Amino acid sequence: MNLYARRRVVNWVCLTLSILATLFGLFWLFWLLWTLFRNGVQWIRPQLFVESTPPPGANGGLANAIVGSVILTIVGVGIGAPAGILAGTYLAEFGRTSRLGWIVRFVNDILLSAPSIIIGVFVYGLIVLRVGHFSGWAGAVALALIVLPVVVRTTENMMRLVPDSLREAAAALGAPSWKITIVIVYRSALPGIMTGVLLAMARISGETAPLLFTALNNQFWSTDMSRPFPNLPVVIFQFAMSPYEDWQHLAWAGALLITFTILIINIVARTILRRTKS
Amino acid sequence: MSLRQHTSQEFEAELESVRQQISEMGRHVDAVLESAVKALLASDSELAKRIIVGDEETDSMELEIDHLCLEILARRQPVAGDLRLLTSALKLVIDLERIGDLGVSIAGRVVELGSESPLIPYEDLMRMMMTAREMLREALEALRDQDVARASRVIDKDEVVDAYYSQIFNDILSRMREGPENIFRATRVQAISKYIERIGDHAANVAERVIFIVTGEDVRHFSRMSRSDFS
Amino acid sequence: MESPEASSTSSEPSTPMHCEVPLRPAAGVPARAAPAGGPKVEIRGLSFFYGKHQALHDIDLDIQDRQITAFIGPSGCGKSTLLRALNRIYELYPGQRATGKIMFGGRNLLERAGDVNRLRSKVGMVFQRPTPFPMSVQDNISFGVQLYERLSRPDMEARVQWALEKAALWDEVKDKLRQDGTALSGGQQQRLCIARAVAVKPDILLLDEPASALDPISTQKIEQLITELKKDYTIAIVTHNMQQAARVSNYTAFMYLGHLVEFGDTKKMFTKPAQQQTEEYITGRFG
Repeated sequence: MNLYARRRVVNWVCLTLSILATLFGLFWLFWLLWTLFRNGVQWIRPQLFVESTPPPGANGGLANAIVGSVILTIVGVGIGAPAGILAGTYLAEFGRTSRLGWIVRFVNDILLSAPSIIIGVFVYGLIVLRVGHFSGWAGAVALALIVLPVVVRTTENMMRLVPDSLREAAAALGAPSWKITIVIVYRSALPGIMTGVLLAMARISGETAPLLFTALNNQFWSTDMSRPFPNLPVVIFQFAMSPYEDWQHLAWAGALLITFTILIINIVARTILRRTKS
Repeated sequence: MSLRQHTSQEFEAELESVRQQISEMGRHVDAVLESAVKALLASDSELAKRIIVGDEETDSMELEIDHLCLEILARRQPVAGDLRLLTSALKLVIDLERIGDLGVSIAGRVVELGSESPLIPYEDLMRMMMTAREMLREALEALRDQDVARASRVIDKDEVVDAYYSQIFNDILSRMREGPENIFRATRVQAISKYIERIGDHAANVAERVIFIVTGEDVRHFSRMSRSDFS
Repeated sequence: MESPEASSTSSEPSTPMHCEVPLRPAAGVPARAAPAGGPKVEIRGLSFFYGKHQALHDIDLDIQDRQITAFIGPSGCGKSTLLRALNRIYELYPGQRATGKIMFGGRNLLERAGDVNRLRSKVGMVFQRPTPFPMSVQDNISFGVQLYERLSRPDMEARVQWALEKAALWDEVKDKLRQDGTALSGGQQQRLCIARAVAVKPDILLLDEPASALDPISTQKIEQLITELKKDYTIAIVTHNMQQAARVSNYTAFMYLGHLVEFGDTKKMFTKPAQQQTEEYITGRFG
C-alpha cells in the first residue's frame, strides 16, 4: 500500500495500543478504589473520629491514629520542607555549576529513591536505640527525611523555571542577590514550591515502613511525641492482619481515609499549580 | 570603490535600471545635439522641425527615471551610496533634459535662419559644440566607471567652452557693427552660441553630481583649486 | 569651526560655478553648541572573553553625555556584549570577564573594588523581552527605588507617577496601578520596564534591542520615548534594525566580529560612511 495509507494504519494501531494500555492501568486503579470504597465506606461513622482504637471485640474508632498521623505529618513537613526549600534555593540560584551543587544533587537523587524502610532503619539506629524507646519524634524525623529530597527537587525545578531575564532585570536595578531570590524568584516560584511541599505531604501520609521502626504505634490516645506515637498506617498494618473482624473493619475504614486524604491533597496541589499557570 | 552585489537581487536590478536609463537618455540627448548641428551646417529647416517635435521623447525619459527613483526611495529606504545615487539621479536628469531642450532651441534658431548664408564661419560653433558634447559623453562615462578624476576634468573643460563663447561673441559684435543688415542673423547666431555654452554648463553639472555620487563630497559652487582636494 | 583664512561671504554669483566660497568645516565634527557636556563614558581598550573565546577586541570609543549612541552590526558582532559590559551584568555568569578600562564618573568601572550593585543603580538597563516583575505595576516601579532610597509613601507615589509619565505610560495605567504587571500588553510591559529603569534616576540608560519584540506602533512609541528621554539621560542602544538606528541616534557605532569598524555622527554614517565595510552593511550588501 502507499506511504500515506501505511502511516494511517500505523497511527491507528499505536493509538489503539495506547488506549488499551491506559485502560489497563485505569482498570486496576478503579478496582482498587472501588474495593476500598466498598469495604470501607460502611465503617465510616462519626464514632471513627471520636473514639480511640479499641481492644479486640470492643467498639472504638481511629481518633488517636488520625490525630497522630496529622501531627506526625505536620512535624515531618515542618522539619523537612524548610531544609528542602533552602537546599533547593541554593541549587537553583548559587550552585548551578559548582562542584558542591553537583554533589548535593547527586546525593539528593539517591535519597529520593531510597526505600523508605531503609530510612526507617537508619532513624532507628540514630535515635530509637540511643534514646532507648520508640517515639513520635523519631517518626517525624524519618518522615522528614522522606520529605526532604522531594522538596529539594521540586523547589530547584520550580525556581529554575523562573527565567533568568527576570533575575537580570532585578540585578540591573542594583538589587543584591538575596533580594533577587526572595522578592523576585520566590514570588514567581511560590505556587510551584507549595505544590512540591503538598505532594511530599501526600507521600508521607501513607508511609508505613519507616514508622514501624520509629514511632511504632500507641493504642491509646497520646500526643506525647517522646513516647510511641499512634498513627494510621501502622494501625492499618496491625488491624488488617489480625483475626478480629471489628479490627479488620477499622482497617478498611482507615485505608479508605488515607486514600481519600491523599487524593484530596493531590487535587488541591494540582489545582493551585494550574490556577497560577494560567 | 566597487561594492559587492546587493543581497536583494531585485534592488540591485532596480539600481542598474536607473543607471542604464540615465545612459540611454544621455545618448538620446547627444543624438539630438548631433542632429541640431547637422541641421545648422546644412541650413536644413526640415530636419530642424523634426528635432523640435522629437523633444517629447526626452521629456518622457525624464519622467520615467523620476518615477523609478521615487519608487525605489519609497520601497527600499536606501542609505549611503545608494541614496546618493538616487537623489543625484533625480537632479541629473533635469540637466539632461535641459540639454535636450537647448538642442531643440538651436533647431528653432536654424528654422529662423532659413537658407540665409552664414554670418560667421560655423566652424567655431561646431568646435564649441563638439567640446560640449565631449563633456557630456565623458561625464556619463565617468558615472558608469565611477571615475572621479575624469569627472573633474570635465568640469575644467567648461572653461574651453566659455572661451569659445567669448571669442564668438566678439566676432558677432564686429559683424553687427559692420552693418544693420547683419543684425537679424547676428542675434540668431549669438543665441545659438549661448545655448551651446549652457549645454557645457549642464554637462559640468552632471560631472559634479558624479563626484558627489562616488565620494559623497558636494563640489557644487567650488572653484577648481579647492575641488582638487577631493578627487 | 570656520577656517580663519577663508574669505568672508561672497557676493551674489552670476555663474554659480566660478565664485569663491569659504570651505565648509571639517567633516565628522558636530557643528552645534551642544547643551550636553562631553563624553559620559570613555571606553579604552575594552576586550571581553567568554571563557577562552574573545568576543570583543580592544574597543575604543566615547559615549557622549545626553546623546543617543546606537550600536549596529550583524549577529554575533559583540554589540550586546559591549552593552552588558557597561553595567557588569555579565558577572552574574561564571567564566565571563572583561579587560581594559571603562571610565565613568572619573573611575574605571571595571575595577573589582567598586560595589557593583551601586554601579548598576546608576546604569539602568532595559532588555529585549519585556520583564515585568510578578507584582503590581506600582510595586514594579518602587522595587528599584526602594533599594537605595528611603521615600515616604506620598513621595514614592509621586516618583511612581513621574516615572510612568516619563515612559508615556501613566495615562494608560493610572487606574490600574495595583494590577499585576504581567497583565499589560507587550508594548505596555516594555514601557513599564523603561519606567522602572528611569525611576531610580540613573545616569545612563542601556537599551538592548528594546523594540525588537514589539509591533510597529509600539515600536514607534518607544522610539519617540527614547528621543524624549535623551534630554535627561545618556542613552546607549543596541539595535539590529538599521533604520531605527538612523532614526533615533546621534552617534552610531558599527561593529563586526568583535571589532569596532566605524564610529561617528549618525547623519554622516548613513549618507557617506568612511569604511567600505560599513557602506556594504548598511546598504544591505553584506554576505
